[in-house]
Amino acid sequence: MDNDPNTARSGSKGTVLVVDDDTALAEMLTIVLNNEGFETVVCGSGDKALAMFREQRPDIVLLDLMLPGMDGVDVCKAIRAESGVPIVMLTAKNDTVDIVVGLESGADDYIVKPFKPKELVARIRARLRRLGEEAPETITIADLTIDVAGHSVKRSGKAIALTPLEFDLLLCLARKPWQVFTREVLLEQVWGYRHAADTRLVNVHVQRLRSKIEHDPEHPEIVVTVRGVGYKANAG
Amino acid sequence: MQATAIRWWHTGRESLSKGLRALRYSWLRSIQARVVISTLVLSAIVIILVGWMLTRQVAEGLTDSKRDQSISEAQAGVDQAQRALDEQPVTDTSNQTQILTDLVEQQAERGGTSRNYELLLAGPIGPGFGSDTRPGIRRTDGVSKDSLPPDLLEQVSGGNGLYWTYGQISYQDGHQTSPAVIVGQRIEVPSSGDQYALFYLFPMNDQAETLGLVKRGLFSAGIILLALIAAVAWLVTRQVVTPVRLARRIAERLAAGRLEERMHVRGQDDIARLGISFNQMAASLQRQIRQLEELSRMQRRFVSDVSHELRTPLTTVRMAADVLHDARVDFDPATARSAELLQAELDRFESLLTDLLEVSRFDAGAARLELETVNLADLADRAVENHQALADRQGIRLRVASGGRPCLVEADVRRLDRIIRNLVSNAISYSQSEQIVLRVACDDQGVALTVRDWGVGLQPGESTLVFNRFWRADPSRARGVGGTGLGLAIALEDAQLHGGWLQAWGEPGKGAQFRLTLPRRANGELRRSPLPLVPRDEPEIQIGQPYERLDLGAGES
Repeated sequence: MDNDPNTARSGSKGTVLVVDDDTALAEMLTIVLNNEGFETVVCGSGDKALAMFREQRPDIVLLDLMLPGMDGVDVCKAIRAESGVPIVMLTAKNDTVDIVVGLESGADDYIVKPFKPKELVARIRARLRRLGEEAPETITIADLTIDVAGHSVKRSGKAIALTPLEFDLLLCLARKPWQVFTREVLLEQVWGYRHAADTRLVNVHVQRLRSKIEHDPEHPEIVVTVRGVGYKANAG
Repeated sequence: MQATAIRWWHTGRESLSKGLRALRYSWLRSIQARVVISTLVLSAIVIILVGWMLTRQVAEGLTDSKRDQSISEAQAGVDQAQRALDEQPVTDTSNQTQILTDLVEQQAERGGTSRNYELLLAGPIGPGFGSDTRPGIRRTDGVSKDSLPPDLLEQVSGGNGLYWTYGQISYQDGHQTSPAVIVGQRIEVPSSGDQYALFYLFPMNDQAETLGLVKRGLFSAGIILLALIAAVAWLVTRQVVTPVRLARRIAERLAAGRLEERMHVRGQDDIARLGISFNQMAASLQRQIRQLEELSRMQRRFVSDVSHELRTPLTTVRMAADVLHDARVDFDPATARSAELLQAELDRFESLLTDLLEVSRFDAGAARLELETVNLADLADRAVENHQALADRQGIRLRVASGGRPCLVEADVRRLDRIIRNLVSNAISYSQSEQIVLRVACDDQGVALTVRDWGVGLQPGESTLVFNRFWRADPSRARGVGGTGLGLAIALEDAQLHGGWLQAWGEPGKGAQFRLTLPRRANGELRRSPLPLVPRDEPEIQIGQPYERLDLGAGES
């Protein structure tokens, strides 16, 4: 792959770990991603995915939910348990149950087969792009301190481990406390979607964020739901 | 005060009508109540009839014997009195007064200490007889002359025989009366030839008392009998109704999906046989439902498998086609064109597959709502925004005309979005209209969205056909436009899943309008739509501030 002219020309934009048992699709993904300037590593079974992840340290993981051996959901949980690396699921099912199960197991985003290559690349780019690349800045929301440049969140000096996506979501809300963000706006600002109506992504990730930062996730006080509109950060 | 009175009157009337309603309700709903009430009413009628006949017969028997006895006693008394008068030598009229007084006393004494009659002697018979001014009335203590009925007075004064009638004894103190047999006959004082009427009044207090006793007895016996009959009817119907009610409860549970419920069968009577048949029916239902469930599960499983199996290779093909498409500038013209066609047809294939899978999901009953509260006006705005480019390419003006007022509705946002998308793209693709207007409105019950065009319209009867799968108004024309032919069918299923309506109106040359109506809460009550299905098309339409004013008349002409 090193002799791929595109990679040589533009330099690597990151390494993608593709976990998929369908060899044709895996190969096609490799071709498309290489064309776009990514490096790829392919893993054909769920069992070996974790080992390969540890070995290769990819920048992003593309994970098929239906895998022989270890199930995609379990792979996702295992990777998430030790890393905040962006995970994008590939799924053949658009049923809410499957999507929500995948998102709850730790995936940041999902893409339903069949997808267009450009769509996939846009999702991967969006996940690799970071929000807080600006000057050092510290934001305080409720009893949380957000270090924007350092990508860390602390409560009374103790760090809270957030995935990059959860960090972006919290940062987006915390920058404008009291402003209510609709799910569509959040999808655009955090996930980089345009004209998307799928709010399951937002709902699941707000739940995950709450479970990490709220004192009582059942009665959230920092990320509050505004019925019929969306969410807002409650500075008080 | 008046207000209070009126309120009381209303409360009273209300509780009365409530009571009547409750009675009517139990009459309609409970066989037991109906049987008990009708048995009670019928037996009450029978008991009243029997009681009436019995009291009549007893009363007749009592009065008849008393009458016979009284007449014979009076006869004997009168005869004796006449004999005593005949034996009495009369010298003068003053003496006659004394004689008559003695006579009455004698007759009174004849009855002894337990005398059971009163006496009245009136006379002498002649002009003015019967009026109180006439002297010569003799009587036992306290009896008033009003006791004598005028008819009897006339009969006795006019005839020679013994006359009787039923009447009332009234006393001079006025407050006491009692029923009586009154018997009277004329007697003559031989010396003077004066004629007097002697009356015997036999009070029937004893008989009246006995009759009262019988009536009271009959009445209480009737009440007890009625209560007994009601209790028996209640018990008997309970024996029949209880198993029926049990069967109803079990049937309700079966209907609610608890298919393993069965009736408890005891004995071999009709009720037990009903139970056996009922259980057989339940078992057969359970078997068939299980089979159907299994079939539906297999169908869903199949759909899901097909989905997965088809989608993975399709993804590869689509990516390969995309790579080829991107590189088509390097190909010769025929290969380049092939790459373009491959790309375009893959789009169609993909949307067809997606729609087919969606339809089979509806058919398998696997479609579920993911409810949240959304603003329909926002969705309409977004749909217009998303289709703006497509509409502009075809020279169609696409606008939303809503008051800018939020219309919140509990709905599955993906499905709702898909409905609007389908309606808008349908209008863009098929109406051949220059203008398409979306309108959003809501009331307390529901929300509505209409998509109106001023294009070719619909032929009569087509307003229902448009929702059929793969239906095309004009096969030769429509296929070139693209689309899967499933969009409106899916939109209809989506609307119905929410408990809402999706309807179409159209007239040739006047355009068409599709109207979506959803209840505010999913599967809530929906009786009317906030927007009319047939557009009114006034030349000036009120359009809210955020939207530009549209000249809708132009589209119509």
